[in-house]
Amino acid sequence: MTNIVLCGIGGQGTVLASKLLAAAGMQKGYTVQSAETIGMAQRGGSVFSHLRLGGADETVDSPMIALGTADILIGFEPGETVRLLPYLKPDGQVITASRSVMPVTAALTGGSYDGADFIQYLEDNVQNLSVVDTETALAELGNPKVTNVLLLGYAAESGALGLTAKDLKEALKDRLPEKLWEVNFKALDYAKRA
Amino acid sequence: MHNEFLMGNEAIALGALAAGVNVVCGYPGTPSSEVLETVAKRKTDATYVEWSVNEKAAMELAAGAAYSGARALVTMKQVGLNVASDPLMSLEYVGVKGGMVVLVADDPGPISSQTEQDTRTFASFSKVPCFDPSSPEEAYEMIQEAFDFSEKYGTPVFLRPTTRVDHGYASILVKDEDEYYVNTPEGFVKDSSRWVIFPRLSFQNHGKIEARNEELRTTLSEYPRNQVFHKKYVENLPPDRAHRGVAAGGISYAYAKEALASLDKAGDVALLKVATPFPFPEKLALEFLVGLDEVLVLEELDPVIERELTYIVGKYGLNTTIYGKLSHHRPASGENTRDNVLEGLQQFLHLEPTEPKSSLPEPPALPVRPPVLCAGCPHRASFYAVKQAMKGQKAFFAGDIGCYTLGNAQPLDMCDTCLCMGAGVNIAQGIRRVEPDTTVFAFVGDSTFFASAITGVINAVYNQANMTLVLLDNSTTAMTGHQPHPGTGRTMMGEVVEKIDPVKVLEGIGVTEVVCLDPMDLGTAVPEVKRVSALPGVKAIIFQYPCIALFKPTEYCVVDQEACINCRRCIKELGCPALFIEDGRVKIDPGTCTACGLCNQVCPKKCIGGVAR
Repeated sequence: MTNIVLCGIGGQGTVLASKLLAAAGMQKGYTVQSAETIGMAQRGGSVFSHLRLGGADETVDSPMIALGTADILIGFEPGETVRLLPYLKPDGQVITASRSVMPVTAALTGGSYDGADFIQYLEDNVQNLSVVDTETALAELGNPKVTNVLLLGYAAESGALGLTAKDLKEALKDRLPEKLWEVNFKALDYAKRA
Repeated sequence: MHNEFLMGNEAIALGALAAGVNVVCGYPGTPSSEVLETVAKRKTDATYVEWSVNEKAAMELAAGAAYSGARALVTMKQVGLNVASDPLMSLEYVGVKGGMVVLVADDPGPISSQTEQDTRTFASFSKVPCFDPSSPEEAYEMIQEAFDFSEKYGTPVFLRPTTRVDHGYASILVKDEDEYYVNTPEGFVKDSSRWVIFPRLSFQNHGKIEARNEELRTTLSEYPRNQVFHKKYVENLPPDRAHRGVAAGGISYAYAKEALASLDKAGDVALLKVATPFPFPEKLALEFLVGLDEVLVLEELDPVIERELTYIVGKYGLNTTIYGKLSHHRPASGENTRDNVLEGLQQFLHLEPTEPKSSLPEPPALPVRPPVLCAGCPHRASFYAVKQAMKGQKAFFAGDIGCYTLGNAQPLDMCDTCLCMGAGVNIAQGIRRVEPDTTVFAFVGDSTFFASAITGVINAVYNQANMTLVLLDNSTTAMTGHQPHPGTGRTMMGEVVEKIDPVKVLEGIGVTEVVCLDPMDLGTAVPEVKRVSALPGVKAIIFQYPCIALFKPTEYCVVDQEACINCRRCIKELGCPALFIEDGRVKIDPGTCTACGLCNQVCPKKCIGGVAR
């Protein structure tokens, strides 16, 4: 059983990322269950997705993951990654975007919100951590919207998913129009050259 | 048969199609909307599907179809059932000919609803049998069984999944189209002694319904989805150990099963799964209870199973103690989770709580991220225009149900009340009756207007109210995922039809001043709002601007940092999520910005401009 938690902010493509993993998992013959935030929170709120991939002889009873049992946590925003860190098992893998997104509440009060504090916290508390320099990567890829697929590439590369970038590409072909394949394939492969 | 990765709601839709459903109707509402959308996507030519104007219309349409021998499915969220309760309460007395399933999605938490009401309780109130699936896979099978059941007993039935089943995904084995059951409706057969509800008929049928539901408490005990697991009675149990059982339904059953499997010392705990909370499988529950000392009930929303078990214990003079919400052993409100179910079981079984798997130090203060109106959302501009127009005046702003409820947040703060669909129009009138010196506004979205605000406007005109209706017309039902409605000119059958024009509707009712405005043009909008709201009687302002989420923006805005005086008026006035502060300066996130330009309109230096993507 592989337990995967994805998190981010509404609009970052958490749901699509979860569906790509699920589709790739099914092609590999896993039994898949997932659950995610849909509805009001999608409007800029914190969103998450739980995804469970069970092997041939494993049954998945519920789509929700218990605290301290996720094999891998993929976060599209450092503060959100920290928010869901309690789901990670002790030696689990974390893949997080470096770029923080300031909440409207902080901008309004003139308050500061610095993603660096959260990156530091993750570095202090997570053994298997991969911080993706999303700003540089997205600039190189020339598309600000592919954070989700970029991080999936790193997750595949870490080996903790049980899925490869090649598996994800196949799933991606079924989910996205052909004109978006190239930039997403590049985003998936970015982890390999990094 | 083939395997598909399906959302629970998609599985329910495919289950209905496999059961040969002929007519599907409903009104959008999270977490139910995807059921009808999936039917529209995957249906065969023989299936009719529509978004009805509201849940009451949908319930009545489905009833008519079922009277004619069609298999009908009507979909809504739990609060939608309140709107449809008038026809449903009577329909149970009249009954149906074709199978009729009333899909009501409950929302423990609540995650995106006004109430934590429980459709299982509504089932016993309305006497309508209720099926409660514990997983997407089970929901797929259960809706097919529910159609058969409905036809067999001539009654509408509830299928009431909760959010985690509706929006959970699973790989499910589903039927191919050539395996679908085909239902050919006989047509409506006139019989006024059957289809016309009169007190005498109600009296007769009431008795029959009570007898049937009592009988079903035994019959449904044989329904294989109601089940008892691991029941074994150990003779001469040591005095420190008790015979214990757990009862659960819906997603809580899935949590309980998994949690029990993870506890080594839980081997001899009996487990009762309740798939039909109404009528309750009494016979099965009795078999489960006999010999048990203590039972923990795991369920969300109302203590339905707990009350039933407590009743059965009393009825048969058993010596079992029932623990749950009523005994304060489980939380009265909110969702169950994997973790709080495990914790509850450990306490109940006198087991040590699981050692925290990781001991993390306190993190830095986590960002608060309430949902907000999208960057570029026209509602932000509409609210801002009215706010500016009413500056310094005593004014009241009634909100309503939709994305625009988010207008309540700072800095807009333009939603003083929100109750239920369409309520704002009448609440505004009520406030004004008590406070004649207050200028009252009622904000309502276009879909909500058609669903349930028109009667409020008629009430206002008839009773000579003084108010301004503000129709936020973004040409869609945005909050629930952009469904078409009577004003959009599209139907779920794919037809392009005449749009119902709210201007004509309002004029027809007798609203004499109806003004259409572009909310993004503050220079025109603000003085017009001032002028219109000062007129006597009932007035209407229609802000017309399509939902921003339906368009791919071609530009984004940047702040000219040379010209910017860092007054931050754009941020303080609008609360747009694309605007943020970095290194002490206002910046705009290009990925979020849609170049609506509202921020430049409030900027004293006019130093924000759009650039091409």
